[in-house]
Order: sequence, then structure tokens, then C-alpha cells
Amino acid sequence: MKKTRAAAIVFLMLMGCACLLAGYLAPASYAEQFREIPNASCSRQHWLGTDDLGRDRLSRVLYGTRVSLLLAPAAALLTTLLAGVIGGAAGFLGGWLEEAVKAAIDLVLSMPWLFLLITVRALLPLNVPPLTSVTITFALLGCLGWAGAARVVDADAKALAHSEMALLARASGSGGMRLLWRHILPNLKPVLQAQFWVSIPVFILAEANLSLLGLGVAEPLPSWGSLLRELENYSALTAQPVQWIPLALLVLTVGSFQLALNREEDWA
Amino acid sequence: MNLRVRLAALLIPLAALSAFGQPGSQLRFCIRTDPKTLNPLMVIDDAGQTVRYLTGGVLLRLNRKTQQLEPALATAWKVSSNGRTITFTLRANVYFSDGTPFSAGDVAYTMERLMDPALHSPVGDSFRAGADKVRAQMLGKNKIAITFPAAIVGLDKLFDQVAILSATSPRKEMAALGPYYLSENKPGAYILLRRNPNYWKHDAAGRALPYIESIRLDIQQNREIEMLRLMRGEIQFINSLDADNYDVVKARAPEMAVDAGVGLDSEQIWFNQVASAPIAAYEKAWFTSTRFRQAISESINRADLARIVYRGHAQPAASWISPANKVWFDRHLPPYRYDPNGALALLEQEGFRLKNGRLRDRAGHVVEFSVMTNAGNRSRERMAAMIQQDLARIGVKLNVVTLDFPSLIERITRTFNYEACLLGFVNDDLDPDAQMTVWLSSAENHQWNPSQKTPATAWEAEIDRLMRLQASTLDVRKRKQAVDRVQEIVREQEPFIYLVNKEALAAVSPQVRNADPVALQPQVYWNIDTLWMGSGGGKR
Amino acid sequence: MRGMAGHALRIVLVVVLGGFAGAALARYAPGWGVDDEDLNSSLSAASHAALHASDANGSNPAAFYVDYWGRLLRGDLGTSVALHEPVSQLLKERVPETCKSVGAGLALAWTMGLGLALLSLLPVARFAAWGAWLLASLVLCLPAAVLALLCVYAHASGRLAIGLIVFPRVYQFTRNLLARSAALPHVLTARAKGAGECRILLRHVLPVAAPQILALGGVSVCMALAACVPVEALCDLPGIGQLAWRAALSRDLTLLVNLTMIMTVVTLAANSGMDLLGGLIGEGRG
Repeated sequence: MKKTRAAAIVFLMLMGCACLLAGYLAPASYAEQFREIPNASCSRQHWLGTDDLGRDRLSRVLYGTRVSLLLAPAAALLTTLLAGVIGGAAGFLGGWLEEAVKAAIDLVLSMPWLFLLITVRALLPLNVPPLTSVTITFALLGCLGWAGAARVVDADAKALAHSEMALLARASGSGGMRLLWRHILPNLKPVLQAQFWVSIPVFILAEANLSLLGLGVAEPLPSWGSLLRELENYSALTAQPVQWIPLALLVLTVGSFQLALNREEDWA
Repeated sequence: MNLRVRLAALLIPLAALSAFGQPGSQLRFCIRTDPKTLNPLMVIDDAGQTVRYLTGGVLLRLNRKTQQLEPALATAWKVSSNGRTITFTLRANVYFSDGTPFSAGDVAYTMERLMDPALHSPVGDSFRAGADKVRAQMLGKNKIAITFPAAIVGLDKLFDQVAILSATSPRKEMAALGPYYLSENKPGAYILLRRNPNYWKHDAAGRALPYIESIRLDIQQNREIEMLRLMRGEIQFINSLDADNYDVVKARAPEMAVDAGVGLDSEQIWFNQVASAPIAAYEKAWFTSTRFRQAISESINRADLARIVYRGHAQPAASWISPANKVWFDRHLPPYRYDPNGALALLEQEGFRLKNGRLRDRAGHVVEFSVMTNAGNRSRERMAAMIQQDLARIGVKLNVVTLDFPSLIERITRTFNYEACLLGFVNDDLDPDAQMTVWLSSAENHQWNPSQKTPATAWEAEIDRLMRLQASTLDVRKRKQAVDRVQEIVREQEPFIYLVNKEALAAVSPQVRNADPVALQPQVYWNIDTLWMGSGGGKR
Repeated sequence: MRGMAGHALRIVLVVVLGGFAGAALARYAPGWGVDDEDLNSSLSAASHAALHASDANGSNPAAFYVDYWGRLLRGDLGTSVALHEPVSQLLKERVPETCKSVGAGLALAWTMGLGLALLSLLPVARFAAWGAWLLASLVLCLPAAVLALLCVYAHASGRLAIGLIVFPRVYQFTRNLLARSAALPHVLTARAKGAGECRILLRHVLPVAAPQILALGGVSVCMALAACVPVEALCDLPGIGQLAWRAALSRDLTLLVNLTMIMTVVTLAANSGMDLLGGLIGEGRG
């Protein structure tokens, strides 16, 4: 297990270095179009070949990693924190607060948020820089994704608040915030961790879908999400296998994060 | 006639005869959405047009291959010298799918319904030529004259779109005179059409047409899944295939791939020239400058767009009329130039300067603007990315924005909150008169500056004059001269910067015999009544 | 009794609020009241105006909503502007398809998710745990469109895609919940006393995690319904997911309000049901 964990950490460090040093490692600009060789297969000049406009795929993967690896975990953290605070407080305190939070969760889960995102796009100027637009996108995703997890956290916090462990803590004089901070929140960690890991790829993919609404990463800036969209056509499923590399990287990165940060006993 | 053609002429009906009488033969293909309406007079969308083409009986049919009108329910027709009246001699002994007899009364009824101002029939709009009512005068059981309040150019061709309704059938619009009738409609899933047993047309051997027993139109929005289904043999053809998938078909099943040559549709980019648009004044000054538009046009490498985005299955555009339109395309127009240096020279004449790789106008504003296009259209997204790089060569920063279609339409038709737009126009009418609402400065679809009270520029006033002239004369030579001049003005002023004309690509299973896809819609099934289904492979 | 009344009041309030918020979001989003045919150059100005004749109905969402409820109380769900069909008819045609899709998807997701999560707790099934983790991570990272396309490619139903979309979430949450429950002192004590793994799982681990798993059950219904939108739209399954996608694209206010309220009712029903069940289990254990 230790070896696997070490391998995961090494992989993540490599990914971190690759995205920080993308400017040095990338063989070409992510936007440069080598128009004589669109859809080229792997070669010495283009290790991962070129995309349909002749752009070096390796460079796009490196720069795309930088965007997605910084912003998606940030949004996942935001949504997990919101789920933890709202769900945790509701489950712990109970009463009318829990009822109100549950009603809010039900409402949030059933809303057509697509229209809010479209409206936000309308409020932004069309010439907004791609990085600003994508940061806003991830922030919105982070703010809207908490409801599902909050419901599970609420149930969990409620169970913990009534558990023998909590009764024991209360009996020994821990109450209120101390009980919440020392006993309840640490025990919510597994659920919150699951939410965090689940959210990262979900947000990366959601960003790609939102680029359809003008809210994602705009051309020519790449992101893993926009690179994954290449897979959505029939020719991609049958043609160059290198088109699957962004997917492989995403799976490996999310998996490595889980391996690197989870305690060993979690995998028992 | 050489031996091969004679042999084919002999074999095709023979093979058809052998196919005929095989009950259960079914042709399957996909449409994108449910038709918005099944009333043939109210059809407005592609899916509705498909159903209308397959079920509607028309007086005259435009042969999509020869681009000439052919008799259908009318055996003969004559347009009066003033262009206001058309007289039809109708085919005798014709019956609707439910057995109701067809007569001149049905044509009169159809025209009355079609021109009912309360109905707002999109087909009827093509016939509106004045405030007075349209008169249909029955000159006997099988003869009818229809008189319009004013002359209509290309009057006879418009009847290709008019499906004749029964005035007396209890099934109303569902009684069909076309080769098929609507048998089943499962919204969101499929539409089933069955062979009309009373269809009037017969083949050379006297057999009743059509040969194919039924047609199933599967509602399939996703084109990739449509491709998979074609490859698995679940559907028999795909109309309007995109270039990527055409190449996949060509590689995997070359016998299925059909390139019918350049089509009628166009792809273009335009700048917002609306005076009240909520964009900066200096940007408006750029966009209303002819030289600026010409320079942008010259810096776009159309050959690369055709070669890379459309994988060579497109041609650089030359005009607002496609070269596929044999009659109206102006063949004297020179091709667009790709000349970034020439573009910079034009911009310099207009006061722009290239400094440190960035273009600035006379007042020092950096030239940066956005182009929006509809989300999900891969070809347009790629074209925008390529134009972005082309313009970077002359120091222009282009921001590409993809928006969902309603948001985009709102911006170009209501709020005018945009700088440039990249879209394509679908064109299924050969006559340029159909594009009056695009070219008249007062029209709503005059996209770069719609609904003008008076023309904003002298060249728009001239286009107005020429388009009205071509609409008011029946002299084809005069019309052609006027339309050619409009093409020249548009070419010079570039309100629309035309990019490419796509080729009409299709994939047709070898099971579908006698298929002869063409560039005009409906491409593969334009000769539906003579298509037949073979078993397995073979030649089309 | 008072609690029940309060609960009912909450449900009604959430449904009413949900419908109104849905209407307001759609109404004030860009693109409301426009039609694809606005760009159709063959239409006259009068026909363009006729296309927008019904727009006035929704220009004020509050007035629209009051009117909508008036009609709803008389049993009329209104008519879809985009599809020109009564909403009740559209729902009648499409709800069964979505019920089948959601049912099949949830059954698959829970069988796989819970099954693999339980398996991953067994020390003898370490490789199975790795396999399950890899599968869940892989499926989670695949775009819904690719999953749907792969299902079609493999001659599988789109329902499989719904199951696969929900599965990793179920797996990740339940695995972590069960792992935590398995580390509780009473479980360790039971193990020290020599209780069998299956007995420990069924008697000591699952009952502790049951309320949270049931809460996840409620949430998974919402997840499956949400997954229906892209999957039905891509696989062309004629269900309410496909309908919702079309309603969103055409800004069909009447249809959207109905669908939002259905979503709210289903969400409330699933979550309340699971809460109730969780409460009963909790009482049973207490």
C-alpha cells in the first residue's frame, strides 16, 4: 500500500510540475495551428499528434491541466465546505433549522439552474477574458453543487449528534461548538471526502458543457473538459487512441489524489 | 444511348418489379426533431418539410436533379403574361389516400386556406403580393385558374411547396395525395408512413408507385448515434452528413459515401452595424467602414477553412448565391483573395496602424472584438478558431464566444448586443426572390442592420432598388442582370463576409436502389417514389 | 398531528416556490420569447408577429404563475408553446419511459454501488475493491455524452448510461460510510469476539450507516432524474428528460414550470420517504 501511495504522490508531483512548467515543456503554443498536419498521429515533433486544427495535442494537454487542476479542486472544495457547513449545522442543531435547510435542499435540487448560468453569461461582456470566464464558471458550479451532499451530511451529522460518542462527550462536559468541532466534524470527513472526489471530475466535465453556453473556457485556451469533448464524436471512438489521453490523465489524477490523501485504513 | 445505360434502363424497372410485391419493405432514416406541425400548410421546420415531401401531393414538382419543373397533379400549366394568373390542367381519376376523389375544388380550397390571413401559413407568405384576395376560378372539373393581386416572380415554382388538401375528406389534412400517408406518430420516437395505395404515379411498366411499402422516420437528434445506426444497418441513409463523418463512412464503407457536389447553403460572418447597438462608438466606426470589412475578409484563408474544417468537402465562397444555383450564380465574380498584406494596406488607408503585433485605430484603440456563433456546431467553432489565428496575423484579437441558439438569436434580432456573428444560412429555394427579406434594408432579416426606415448607405439603397426591380419584372434576363449587380455590390461592400459553400454529403446504404442523391434538399429521397429496397449489398 | 401538518405545509410551500422560481429563471434568462424561425427569411412580418403571439402570456412571471395555478386547480396543465400539445398529453406519453429509465438506472447503480462497496470492505476482496474503485473513477470521468454513445455502440440501452452515471456517486459515498462504520469500536469488539465478516456487515455495519445510505437513496433519485436529461436527449429516449431539454432550449415556460414542479415533487417524495424510513430504522435501533 505504501508503494502505491508513493507512486500516486510522485505522479501528482509530476502533474503539478508539468502544469507549472507548461510554458517550458510544451513543444508549441497551445493555440498555434500547424495547418498542414491536422489530425496527425504521434511523431517526434508532436508526441501526442495534433488535433483537428493541427494544434499540438501535448501542449494543449499541458496547458489544459493547468486550468483544470487549479480550478476544479477549488470549486470542489467550495461545494464540499458549503455542504459540510449547511448539512452539518442542520443535522447537529436540528429543529426548525434542519427543516428549513431540507426545504432549501429540495428546492435547489429541483431548480433548472441552466437558466441562471445563461443569465450570468448575458451579464458578462462577450469580450470577457477566458480565464475570468472560466473562474466565474467554476465558482458558480461550486456554489450550486452543495445540495445533494448536504442532505447526506445532514443525515450523518444527525446520527452522530445522537450517537453514544456524542452522549459521552456531552456527559464529560463538551457541548455546543466544542462538540461540533471536536467530535462531529471529524467524523463527517469520509462523507465530505467522497463529495470532494466525486465533484472534481464532475466539475471538469460540467465546465466543458458550460462552454457550450459561452461560460466555459473559450477558444483557443484548452481545458481538460474541452479536450474531453473531442471524445463525443463517432470518429474519435474509432480513430486515434491518443484522444483518450486526457481521460486517462483525469482518471489517474483523481485516483492519485484519493490514494495520496486517504488514510491507509480507508482501503482496508 | 450507350449499352450500359440501355442495360440499366432495362434492369432497373425489372429489378423494381421483382421488389414490388414484397410486402414489409421498409426504408428507415432519421429526422432531428418531431415536426412542429403535421398540417402541410403550416410546415416551418425541416422535420415537417420531410413529412410534407413524402406525403403531400403537389401540382408541380421541381426535379431536384435537373432543377426544372415537372407535371405532378397538374398535367399542364400556364402563367399569364402579366405574371398574376396561373392556369392548371389537373390530372383526372386521382384519389386521396382515404379514397376521396381529387378535383379542382380541392385546389381552390387549398389556396383559400393557404392565403387565409388568420392562418399565417409560412408557405402562403411566399405568395403574398398585395392586399387583395387571391381568386381561384374553376374552369371545369379538371381546370382551374388562380389569380393573385400582383405579379409574382417564379410563380409556378412556388407550387412545389403547396401540398393539396382535400375539401371534403373527413380525415382533413391527413388525407394525402403524395406517395405516402401518415400511419402512426409516436412523439419523440418515430413517425411511420405507409404507401399510399391511391398514389397517381406509375412506372414505365405501368406498376403503381412507390415501390417501398413503408417509411419509418426515427427521431434522432444526436448525429453520432445516427452514424452508429447507419453502420449497423438500422437506418438506410443519412442526409446532410458532416465532413468528419463522411470521411469515416468513406473509409469504412466507401460504397455508401456520396458527395453530391456543392450545395446551396452558405456560411458567413458579419459585423453589427446597427446604429443603436450597445457597443462602443469606435467599434461601430470600424464595422461600418467598407475597407475594414474588406480587410477582415482578405485576411481570412478560406481555402484552409474548406480544407481543414470541411476536410476538403467545401469550396471557398464567392457570392451570396452558391455556384450550385446554375441559373442565378454570377460566374463572372472573381474568387475572394487571401492576402494579409493587402488587408493591412487597406487598414492603413483607413488610419489603422500595426504596432508591436497589435492593430490600433486612428484614436489608438486596440482592435479587439468578439465573434459569436451557435454552440454545439463543431464546424463553426473550428472556423471561428481558424479565423482567430488568421486575424492574429494582422494584429486583430478575436474572442470566440459560443452561445445557445435562443441567446444568440436574441442578441442578433433584439438587443443587438454583439460585435460580430458567424452563422450559416440554409437555402432551399433557387430563386433569389426568396431572399428579399434578407437584402431589403427595411427587412427584419437584413441581419447586419435590420428594419431600417431609410437605407443607411447608398449601396443598401441600390440593393433595395435592384431587388425590387427583379421582383417586379417577369423578364428573366432583366432579373438576372439585377441579381448579378446585387452580387457585385455585396462582394464589394461585404456586409456579409461569405466563407465557404459546403458540399452536399450523404451516406446511402447499397440496400437503397435507384438512389441518386443531389445537392438540393431533400438530397437522397427526392425521387422517393422510384426508390426500392434490395437485399444486402450491390450497386445503387 | 401538528408535525404532519407542518410537513405537508413545507411540501406545498416548496412546490409552489419551486414552480415560481423555475418560471422566473426561465423568463428572465436570455432567449425567452425568441424562436428559431425568427431567422427564417421566407416568413412575412405578420407571420413573425404571429409566432410571438403567445409571448405576452409569460412576460410577467408572477401573473403567469397565478394564472397557471388557477388553471392547474381546474386540472389544466396548459399547452406547450414549442410542441403545440397539451402538457398533460405530453406527460402521459413520456412519464412511463422516464420511470422505466430511472427505475432501471437506479436498480443498476445501487446493485453495483452498494454491492461493490460491501465487497470492498471484505479483507479477502482487496482486488475487487481496487477494481471497483477503478471502475467508479473511470465512469465518473467520462462525459455523459460519451457514456451514452458507448452504450449505443455496445447495443445497450440508454438506461445503462443512467445507471453508470449514478453508480460512482453511490459507490463512493456508501464505501466511505461503510468504511467508517466498520471502524467503530463495537464492530472492532465484534470482530475480536470472532464474529464472521458477513454477520459483522449485516448486524453491526449496515444498521449504523443505514440512515445516511437512505438519505443517499433519496438524493440518488434526483441524480437519476437529472441524468435523464442528457441521456434521453442524446439517446433519443422519449421521456421527460428529453422533454425538459427541449423545453429549456425553446424557453417553453408552461412546460418548464410543470417539469420543475414534477422534479420538486419527486425530490420531496424521495427525500421524505427516505427520511421516514431512516427515522423508523433509527427508532428500531434505539
